[in-house]
Amino acid sequence: MSETPWYNRGLFSSLNLRQKTLLTICLTASVLLIIFICGTLINANLPTDFTIKMQPPSFEHPFGTDWMGRDMLIRTIKGLSLSIIIGIGASIISSIIAIILAFIASMNSKCDEFVSWLIDLFASIPHILLIMMISISLGKGAFGVIMAVAFSHWVNLTRVLRAEVLQINTSEYVALSKRFGKSRFWIAKEHILPLVLSQIFVGTLLVFPHAIMHESSVTFLGFGLSPHEPAIGIILSESMTYLAMGAWWLAFFPGVALLIVVLLFDIIGDNLKRLYDPSEANK
Amino acid sequence: MKELLEVNNLSISFTQYVQGLNRHDSKVISDLTIDVKESEIVAILGSSGSGKSLLAHSILGILPYNANVTGEIKYKGQVLNQDLKEKLRGKEICLIPQSVNFLDPLMKVSEQAIGECKNEKEHDEKKVIQREIFARYGLDESVDDLYPFELSGGMARKVLLSTALIGNPDLLIADEPTPGLDVKSVEETIEDIKNLKEHGKGVLLITHEIDVALKTADRIAIFYSGYVIEINNVENFKNADNVLHPYTKALINSLPRNGFKLTEGVQPLDEVPGCPYYENCAIGTDRCGKEKPNLEEHEGAMIRCFNFREANDGA
Amino acid sequence: MIKINTKKLAKFFGYKLIRLVILLIVIAAISFIMIQMSPIDPVKAYLGQRIVSQEQMAIIGNYWGTNLTLGERVLGWLQTLATGSMGFSLIYRVPVTEVIMQKFTASFILMAVSWIISGIVGFGLGILAGAKEGTLIDKAIKTYCYILQSTPTFWIGLVFLMVFSVYLGWFPIGLSVPIGQLSDTVTFWQWLYRLILPAITLSVVGIASLTMYTRDKLISIKKSDYFLFAQARGESFWGIIKNHGVRNILIPAITIQFMSFNELFGGTILVEQVFAYPGIGQATVAAGLRSDVPLLLGIVLISATFVFLGNLIADIIYKYVDPRIRGEDDE
Repeated sequence: MSETPWYNRGLFSSLNLRQKTLLTICLTASVLLIIFICGTLINANLPTDFTIKMQPPSFEHPFGTDWMGRDMLIRTIKGLSLSIIIGIGASIISSIIAIILAFIASMNSKCDEFVSWLIDLFASIPHILLIMMISISLGKGAFGVIMAVAFSHWVNLTRVLRAEVLQINTSEYVALSKRFGKSRFWIAKEHILPLVLSQIFVGTLLVFPHAIMHESSVTFLGFGLSPHEPAIGIILSESMTYLAMGAWWLAFFPGVALLIVVLLFDIIGDNLKRLYDPSEANK
Repeated sequence: MKELLEVNNLSISFTQYVQGLNRHDSKVISDLTIDVKESEIVAILGSSGSGKSLLAHSILGILPYNANVTGEIKYKGQVLNQDLKEKLRGKEICLIPQSVNFLDPLMKVSEQAIGECKNEKEHDEKKVIQREIFARYGLDESVDDLYPFELSGGMARKVLLSTALIGNPDLLIADEPTPGLDVKSVEETIEDIKNLKEHGKGVLLITHEIDVALKTADRIAIFYSGYVIEINNVENFKNADNVLHPYTKALINSLPRNGFKLTEGVQPLDEVPGCPYYENCAIGTDRCGKEKPNLEEHEGAMIRCFNFREANDGA
Repeated sequence: MIKINTKKLAKFFGYKLIRLVILLIVIAAISFIMIQMSPIDPVKAYLGQRIVSQEQMAIIGNYWGTNLTLGERVLGWLQTLATGSMGFSLIYRVPVTEVIMQKFTASFILMAVSWIISGIVGFGLGILAGAKEGTLIDKAIKTYCYILQSTPTFWIGLVFLMVFSVYLGWFPIGLSVPIGQLSDTVTFWQWLYRLILPAITLSVVGIASLTMYTRDKLISIKKSDYFLFAQARGESFWGIIKNHGVRNILIPAITIQFMSFNELFGGTILVEQVFAYPGIGQATVAAGLRSDVPLLLGIVLISATFVFLGNLIADIIYKYVDPRIRGEDDE
């Protein structure tokens, strides 16, 4: 993978990879931050104005208006910021689950087998179905969705961490620490955690786009956030009703906005991975 | 005897990015000059991993795209450009590769020897030739259907050699043909290569094993730090006094049968202003540190050294 | 010259079968407990907006067993499961197995069609991008994959629906069966006509990961020694790609494709919902929304089996088709 992806080309080609990566991360992060801050500042109860309902995109309302005359751009930004919050919550919780499981796996071979089996178990149920089930069992809503997404996305990071911890555990210095009578927890804290920190960080970020996508998917299906929430999934499932009438803007712009947010997180995660991965640093 | 291959002042370098910031040109082969005639075996002797193989790749036109090449390669008097290379490779010029890794792991060896065919008829014709050559090297029909991983070391050697011979080439390039083989297989390989010479073929043998080069070649080129520093007839390598370059002398003296004297130091990796051997040279002068000697002719041999005359007079 | 050790094969399948059974039992138990834990009242969810009296609700509750303790319910359900029955679907009012059989067949065709399309197109694009690494074609394909990997499946469905059904009017908006017609009387062509858009959507989504995998694999093969030697033997570029590239990537690519059953099933749920295709996905959503617990659990089990089968086939291909690994196995 010697080449740089398309978003690292062109304008910034004079910079080196590290600078470019940092710049990309800063740019994308600030875009996301702006969306997030704008979203939190917007009042959830948008003014309804039935005189301007169902209007196609115009200069006044770039994303058009919905059946209650609400501005779709504002609804979309509000929805995105909600998605970002849920994404953050879900990816952090899933990383915590992954860390705990990786730690359990490092205890002994029995525990390791158990964790492997758990990974197999969770990987054998289709993601969406699993999220639906967990969300139902927790009574849907924001809490249900965050937990559902978190509990279905720890698998990859756990796999990575487990392999990493296994490797560190067989190293010389860990063996030495053990001989000095240091506790398992001490070793984990002092030796293992610092080494896998970057993996955890990148892993958490990589869960993020999936979390947002899955959140909107289950919400779209009706197992996530309630219809009163200004979520993207809700907006899109609402748009289905008006699709046949030709109100394409109701589905198109919120979807594109969601796609861009997911893509931005993908880019950040991808860049960080390149930055941390020593094997790719030279290229 | 007709000249088959002429390489004049060939240099190969790669552009690399170090730490993402600095562009760095690393030279692998510098100012290489060598020639191979019909019915002749010329060996290029250099330490392993020093980039000798790139000479072979360059002749066949299979260098990676980021390689910068200067100099000239001629085949039978014609300049070898990329088009001609692509036309001749596999037919007039063939490669005998290093190891079984050069065969597709999922393809039966006979099919790989036969190679790409336009139609059924061509395939059938080539199959006959393939069987004939395999049989010549004692590979029976059961070998045809084996996959590369099923071959033993000696068998793999013969398969690789046969594969190179299917196109009935005039020039063969053997790239490290004896890595990690047992003594018997090495002897066989040497015999096989010498046998090619009897059939009028020219062979360019690339190796790091002095023994193999001495037993096989007619002429030996010493490859040191990207430079050819001496080309001499094989007879002259019997005695350290008959070779010209101080490094070659040291090399011959280091052979077990001549008393084990090893050269000190390593080959410099970075570009140096002067002679690449200056650091380790016993007869070096100030000039050697500042200026690069050229490869020049001396009594039928080629030598790249300012002081070889004085040194040899003194000996 | 395929030598298959029957004893080893039997052992392999026996082991896998035991694994599947254990997996299904655990999944069944966990799913059941999870659903029973739910604070959502299944009776209310089932009735939805309909107004019924307290007594009627109690009767339904009694009939569904919501008044039993969790332990009793788990045991009771596992007992019925052991007899081979998965109970009655509450919303379709037929045995769960019957619903699943019918719905799964419809979905299976949808999944199979898009699985094959995405497999062929994804592999082809991957080979093309890998062979033309660094060119405009490669960049276009890579960008396409990047974007698709960040796009929710259901939104692609929505866009297709907008473009092809609403704007161009080529396809009907939703409903696998024309309104006013029984599903039995639908002709093959009507049905095929309605399959196209969902199948394309599902294929388009499935292409990205396979394409990227194939591309990266081909690029690494292009750096391999045997690729170099094939060039040195004078084989043409596309000849080498065909003879050595495709030959070496095909098995792992098929393996990857079989391992994608998980995403395939998830995608089907979303796509069916968007296009109102009456398959297992719609049934899943309906069962979930209206708390048809037996049906939902049945679907969970069937989907887990489906994913397991995909992985099993991938395993078999990996173990028994590659001559190198097959050879090791025989020793």
